[in-house]
Amino acid sequence: MAVEVRVPSMLQKFTDGEKKVQVESGNVGELLTTLETSYPGIGHQLLEDGELRRFVNIYLNDEDIRFLDGMETSLSDGDVLAILPALAGGA
Amino acid sequence: MSVKVYIPTPFRKITGNRTFVDADGIDVNGVLRDLDQRFPGFGEMVFDGEQELLEHVNVYVNNHEITSLEGPETKVADGDEMAVIPAIAGGAVGAAMTPEMVERYSRHLIMDQVGPLGQRKLIDGKILAVGAGGLGSPVLVYLAAAGIGTIGIADFDVVDRSNLQRQIIHGTSDIGRMKVDSAKDRILDMNPNINVITHTSPLTSDNAMEIIPEYDVIINGADNFATRYLVNDAAFLAEKILVDGSIFLFEGQVTTFFPGEGCYRCLYPSPPPPGMVPSCSEAGVLGVLPGTVGAIQATEAIKVLLEQGEPLKNRLLLYDALAMDFRTVKIRRDPACPLCGDAPSVTELIDYEEFCGSPFHEN
Repeated sequence: MAVEVRVPSMLQKFTDGEKKVQVESGNVGELLTTLETSYPGIGHQLLEDGELRRFVNIYLNDEDIRFLDGMETSLSDGDVLAILPALAGGA
Repeated sequence: MSVKVYIPTPFRKITGNRTFVDADGIDVNGVLRDLDQRFPGFGEMVFDGEQELLEHVNVYVNNHEITSLEGPETKVADGDEMAVIPAIAGGAVGAAMTPEMVERYSRHLIMDQVGPLGQRKLIDGKILAVGAGGLGSPVLVYLAAAGIGTIGIADFDVVDRSNLQRQIIHGTSDIGRMKVDSAKDRILDMNPNINVITHTSPLTSDNAMEIIPEYDVIINGADNFATRYLVNDAAFLAEKILVDGSIFLFEGQVTTFFPGEGCYRCLYPSPPPPGMVPSCSEAGVLGVLPGTVGAIQATEAIKVLLEQGEPLKNRLLLYDALAMDFRTVKIRRDPACPLCGDAPSVTELIDYEEFCGSPFHEN
């Protein structure tokens, strides 16, 4: 399944500055593994011991995957997956 | 003597929607009786059964309230300006708006969604801005302009030249001053009707529950995770609405948390390890970005006070200034949330510097 992944500015250094990348994957967990293969280093930013880091959310279309099937959430062609880390900045 | 009389919105149905009308008389009493002749029904709005001026109606001659002059016997001269201002419905809480306020807020007062009652809600509103920096600057300026009656500012920092690329409430002449002082001066210059309360100590677990319960709405413009979680927890424990906003490079996130319907911990259960996520001072921030995000936060707070529209409840607004893209994603209360979940483990404020592994300043 070809999915569009939206990469936050914080992680674009791993994707050669690209903010949207296309990834083929059947579910979210596989997608993150594929992402690390294509863009080495990004996985460590997102995962800790195979689990999604607690300051990073992943949205499938507009829904948080924690409220879907988490890492097992299956993907369909044309889905948009957005990675959203917490931002602290205010000043 | 012919005088010009300002008619506030609630009375305009009697004057054919006219804001200013001319009337004659030698004194205030005479002018009011002339108005009753010209606009039948006007007298009933301002006089009681004894033909005395109703207590909730204030009359001004040339911007002076007549009780400070000679009451209804105050003489008027040709060309004087009078204003007849009733306390607004539900306004038993506060005094009537002065003619200055009626003029200042006129664009609000003519709106159905605000009107005199809505403006009274804003005047009675109490909002705390956490941080008088990038987000706090537009937030404070717009809250002051809108007439939020009580505005708190919590910031312990001083104005630095490098702030001025985005922190529009401060100026070059403010460099080295406390941000709360600089912000207060700007607010009062913009709108002297505001009661500004400054909090110069850093917000901590020791003082947050003394400060946050004093306000209706909290606007988070903190620049670090420790303060962000502290304010989230204190707002929930004090049952206050929290408008959270954050910025990085050219991206922003905004949402509004209602107590018991989700919180920042539901969205992000814990902060990143220190050093993993760069701060604005390390990575930079587009100067105008906090202008957009802060203006959205102010909009949310004002809507909440007005009880109008759809707040960003259970929605996270994502703004990408480069793509010029606004999107919302769904967020919700997490039943496992340690603060607002079904079996909370955080029931009072904790040590946030330990929780975040970072201090109460930009990390």
